[in-house]
Amino acid sequence: MNILKQIYPAIAMTVVLTVLLGIVYPLAVTGLALVMFPAKAGGSLIEKNGKVIGSSLIGQPFAGPGYFHSRPSAAGTGYDGTASGGTNLGPTSQKLMDNVKTAAESLREENPGSAIPIDMVTASASGLDPHITPAAAEFQVPRIAKERGMKAEEVRKLVREYTEGRQFGFLGEPRVNVLELNLALDGARPMARTESR
Amino acid sequence: MSFWSLLQYALFLLVVAILVKPVGGYLARVFNGEKTFLDPALRPVERLIYKLARVDPEQEMDWKRYAISLVCSGLAGTLLLYGILRLQYLLPWSFPSYHTTPLTPDLAMNTAVSFSTTTTWQAYGGESTMSYFSQMVGLAAQNFLAGASGLAVGVAFIRGLARDETKELGNFWVDLVRASLWVLLPISMVGSLFLISQGVPMNFSRYVEAATLEGGRQVIAQGPVAGLELIKNLGTNGGGFFNANGAHPYANPTPLTNFLGMLAIVVLPAALTNTFGRMIKRPRQGWLLFWVMAFLFTTGLLFTGWAEQSGNPLMARQPNVAIETSGEQSGGNMEGKEVRFGIGQSVLTAVTTSNTSTGSYNSMHDSYTPLGGMIPLANMLLGEIVFGGLGGGIYSIIMIALVGLFLAGIMIGRSPEYLGKLIGTSEIKLITLYTLAGPVVLMSLTAVAVVTKLGLAGLTVNRGPHGFTEIFYAYASSFTNNGQNFASLNANAPFYNVTTAIAMMVGRFGLAIPALGLAGLFAVQRRRPATLGTLPTDTVSFGVLLVGTAIIVGGLSYFAALALGPIVEHFLVIA
Repeated sequence: MNILKQIYPAIAMTVVLTVLLGIVYPLAVTGLALVMFPAKAGGSLIEKNGKVIGSSLIGQPFAGPGYFHSRPSAAGTGYDGTASGGTNLGPTSQKLMDNVKTAAESLREENPGSAIPIDMVTASASGLDPHITPAAAEFQVPRIAKERGMKAEEVRKLVREYTEGRQFGFLGEPRVNVLELNLALDGARPMARTESR
Repeated sequence: MSFWSLLQYALFLLVVAILVKPVGGYLARVFNGEKTFLDPALRPVERLIYKLARVDPEQEMDWKRYAISLVCSGLAGTLLLYGILRLQYLLPWSFPSYHTTPLTPDLAMNTAVSFSTTTTWQAYGGESTMSYFSQMVGLAAQNFLAGASGLAVGVAFIRGLARDETKELGNFWVDLVRASLWVLLPISMVGSLFLISQGVPMNFSRYVEAATLEGGRQVIAQGPVAGLELIKNLGTNGGGFFNANGAHPYANPTPLTNFLGMLAIVVLPAALTNTFGRMIKRPRQGWLLFWVMAFLFTTGLLFTGWAEQSGNPLMARQPNVAIETSGEQSGGNMEGKEVRFGIGQSVLTAVTTSNTSTGSYNSMHDSYTPLGGMIPLANMLLGEIVFGGLGGGIYSIIMIALVGLFLAGIMIGRSPEYLGKLIGTSEIKLITLYTLAGPVVLMSLTAVAVVTKLGLAGLTVNRGPHGFTEIFYAYASSFTNNGQNFASLNANAPFYNVTTAIAMMVGRFGLAIPALGLAGLFAVQRRRPATLGTLPTDTVSFGVLLVGTAIIVGGLSYFAALALGPIVEHFLVIA
């Protein structure tokens, strides 16, 4: 029988190639990665005083007025590193409009004046977006300066320092890493414990 | 659309166009069994594999044996993966506290079918369901195997058109092994190390617990992410390590990883047009297919880019919210998109993945504007002909060409032929079967879902025309072995797990078998010499015919469904 004759090679091929491509290949890559890029293979974790405070690639929620705020997040209850995802609300969804409206209202209250950049009122696809746009950072500068008792220019200088341009000058979009910027902010002008709440 | 988006699109197409010729040549050498620079390392491994599997590499197969081998291989992969998933809790690297979604029989069956057909539709969230063992030994291995067998079928189809008066289309096992070892493995090896250098994790650690800057607690999923993320694109599979797939900053940390990921998807299917041209010894025929693909690709890209950059009019109505593009922000519809990709790279990825049977989205298509979300859907409905799935793309576009030739032949009253092969009664039956499978299967399944309680139970977040689009999208994506979704459809229920699995099986084997059958019919034919009456198939006018046929066959079959979904929703938004 033609079909029966094909069964042994089918099973043997599947098993042999699974061992090669599902076991040998990932272990080889892991081994090489440990030698070549140990920190990155380990998740680009950031430590402070010997304790992990996050990853430079994974966004964190910030509520205190003295920190730059991240975008709205639909990962779990917000920036849940074990439950990535977006809102998946459709363009005609009333809930989406309500979310945008609520976010816009509280942002207006905290940062009176200029127009709100769209990324600050929309949830990212991953719910873990570590970045905001330079526009969203500039939007928050006056608040940060006031809360921390810094000059707006000093804050802007930090923002510029932590703004990544387009990769090689043309790929992707300019962006600001919120966690790294806030860490730098703490380094430049630490806040008293009570103020951060 | 912004200058920067257009620049990236132009560069992307330029790089693809440059790579088509060298990569196409390499593929031709690999599948003709000619010498390549990797031979010294790989030949001994290849011989050992044939010995273990008791395969005689010299023995070629006719189309039936080739098809049977394909089905047996797919079945073996499905069963192995099903076993691994069901036994995951007994296998290493399983953390019950994180992997909380139970792998029920229907979910495990759906996932096993999904990955062995390159669909990689995911009814689960990766970081909350799959152990590292399942991700690597189960899913990553199937990404290679399913991708390689797709490529094998594509090559066998080309042989059918390239050969004369023979029944033989090659040996499936040889094509499978050569596709894995000479094509997918070396590129994945180099590519995944590159991904790691950009920040993609590759470890087997437990999830990390972080004490955040504001004193909160954040648990961060880890894992051998790079081991899956490169091959998922290269094999045109698309199922990611994490729930958010290519949007997750661990899976796709920089604009460069995204750009290269999209290249990994497109280059092999695009290069197959060149391999085709070489193997039939008429390179212009291959280039014609490539430029038709590039034209359709660019059209979709510009249209979606325009729709998303224009943004959601309902959002623009909010007072004091700025959606205009500027040097400081990309603007547009940013719901469900990442800042590092902006509109430009999000749209590039949506259009690339929807055209190529690859589900690795980096933005949430569910939240696209109605017209912006319609294009990925329409791309799938065209039948994955624009570059298309690895291997599948080449026979999908040639099927459309054959339909076009048949119609043109009827109109001008000549017996239609392609490359000197006659499209006779038996041939056109298989072509018709191939062409009608899509409309019949996915419209019927959608019809069942929208009139039953079980089907409607999947709509948890969105309703109305958008809900209809979600359901239609799910079946279109399963049938075309794409795997991307309008993600708010709650698909992890027995109803959807079973019905989407049916669509995936028919979409894979129900199309590959007629394609192989057709290749078998062409291969036995003698090649007819071209005469004055032969319609040339390497001219601009044939390109126009091809585009027209694609739009008529793909577009008109589904126009009613598109009108009920995205088109109605568009009028709701602008009303």
